[in-house]
Amino acid sequence: MQKPADWTTGVEAILYQSCGCCGKAQYFRRGFCAACGATGLADRRASGKGTVYATSIVARAATVETRAHVPYNIVLIDAEEGFRMMAHGASDLAIGDRVAARFTQFAGKLVPYFEKLA
Amino acid sequence: MTYITGVGLTSYGKHEGLTSLDLMSKAAELATADAGLKRADIDGILCGYSTVSPHIMLATVFAEHFGIRPSYAHAVQVGGATGLAMTMLAHHLVDAGVVKHMLVVGGENRLTGQSRDASIVALAQVGHPDYEVPLGPTIPAYYGLVASRYMHEYGVTEEDLAEFAVLMRTHATTHPGAQFREPITVADVMASKPVASPLKLLDCCPVSDGGAAFVVSREPSNAARVKIRGCAQAHTHQHVTAAPRLSELGAEISIARAKQASGIAISDVRYAAVYDSFTITLAMLLEDLGLAKRGEAASRVRPGYFSQDGQMPLNTHGGLLSYGHCGVGGAMAHLVETHLQMTGRAGNRQVRDASLALLHGDGGVLSSHVSMFLERV
Repeated sequence: MQKPADWTTGVEAILYQSCGCCGKAQYFRRGFCAACGATGLADRRASGKGTVYATSIVARAATVETRAHVPYNIVLIDAEEGFRMMAHGASDLAIGDRVAARFTQFAGKLVPYFEKLA
Repeated sequence: MTYITGVGLTSYGKHEGLTSLDLMSKAAELATADAGLKRADIDGILCGYSTVSPHIMLATVFAEHFGIRPSYAHAVQVGGATGLAMTMLAHHLVDAGVVKHMLVVGGENRLTGQSRDASIVALAQVGHPDYEVPLGPTIPAYYGLVASRYMHEYGVTEEDLAEFAVLMRTHATTHPGAQFREPITVADVMASKPVASPLKLLDCCPVSDGGAAFVVSREPSNAARVKIRGCAQAHTHQHVTAAPRLSELGAEISIARAKQASGIAISDVRYAAVYDSFTITLAMLLEDLGLAKRGEAASRVRPGYFSQDGQMPLNTHGGLLSYGHCGVGGAMAHLVETHLQMTGRAGNRQVRDASLALLHGDGGVLSSHVSMFLERV
């Protein structure tokens, strides 16, 4: 499979796949739809808007690179397109908050970072 | 029909200078002797894995080291659920007549064999390599995410979760093999260092060295008659990002299947052994299994419901949270303790009635579940 041009490869974008057969939105990239098995998924670019599903502020990191960033907030976001993703977030985020993504550097890599929508 | 005929458990904590194979051997020696068997009687081996000494054929490495030539052997890997998954497999293989005496063994020098950082990094790899691990989550963060959602949906508080850490420590104070035996209070848990909110240091199990083993046999080999009544699994996801909603997690599915397989109801259960990698894990699983109503597990801890002399004694050795967690052996200690309770050999920890026990294990991030009922006959 071709590598996606999204944050996992250093591009400022959140991509997901949309199944032409069952309509399911899929975040972890594969050559088929995990819900119905159909192939021929369409790559879509997400708006970056969503709702906070869960949060955990990491105070104890395990590597030299990540320890330089503590505390950092790991969040699960329900994207408005219908998939869930893990990302970083502002420390004041609460479950249910409406949020939008920007991008930041973390331990030498690009990562999505969500903040509360005004 | 199958029986757990022998159990073996080392102390957990630091075993300076011992390898994973050493710890597995110690536990296996104890379990074999406890079953009244010799090495030559063992014709099957199931073992877990060691993050310190990974090997693609650990079961035969162990068999050679221990000095047996089994007719059946391989390793099993289901994270924290490995111990009970091996027991379930042993039950079916022994029941089918493939082997007579299956040795189930796990052990690792996880504390002294590598740095705590190395251990945390190794375990965080249960996360998705592209979509999760680059974000720097740790195992406590995966469970912290689940905890934040559970607390949000069911009104559970951090003080509620702290009750489970206190309960496990209270139990561990009575076991000489436990890694942590100093009593703690809810205030101590609340004041402990933040790890991954809402989880603090005392909400998390430690990293330990240790080993555990048991023998599953077709017939009883001694006075201990502990029968495996029924067991079942459920696997709903691997990564927390892909987990179903809280009401659809695997523990409820596996316990329903185990009840069906055994004809046992939760009201029949007299002793519980439930996976407790974090306080949230234990709180959620107790409620998923039906041992407490949703959001009410902590309120059952306070009046002593899960204590040694309570209605449903739970993890009387101190669980992963205080007896310790050496990887695969971690949750196997729950089964060893259950066996000691069921056969009246738990000494100062002995409960009134452990005639029927429920065991539950969890691997990954509530990803893999095994539920099991044991009965003294």
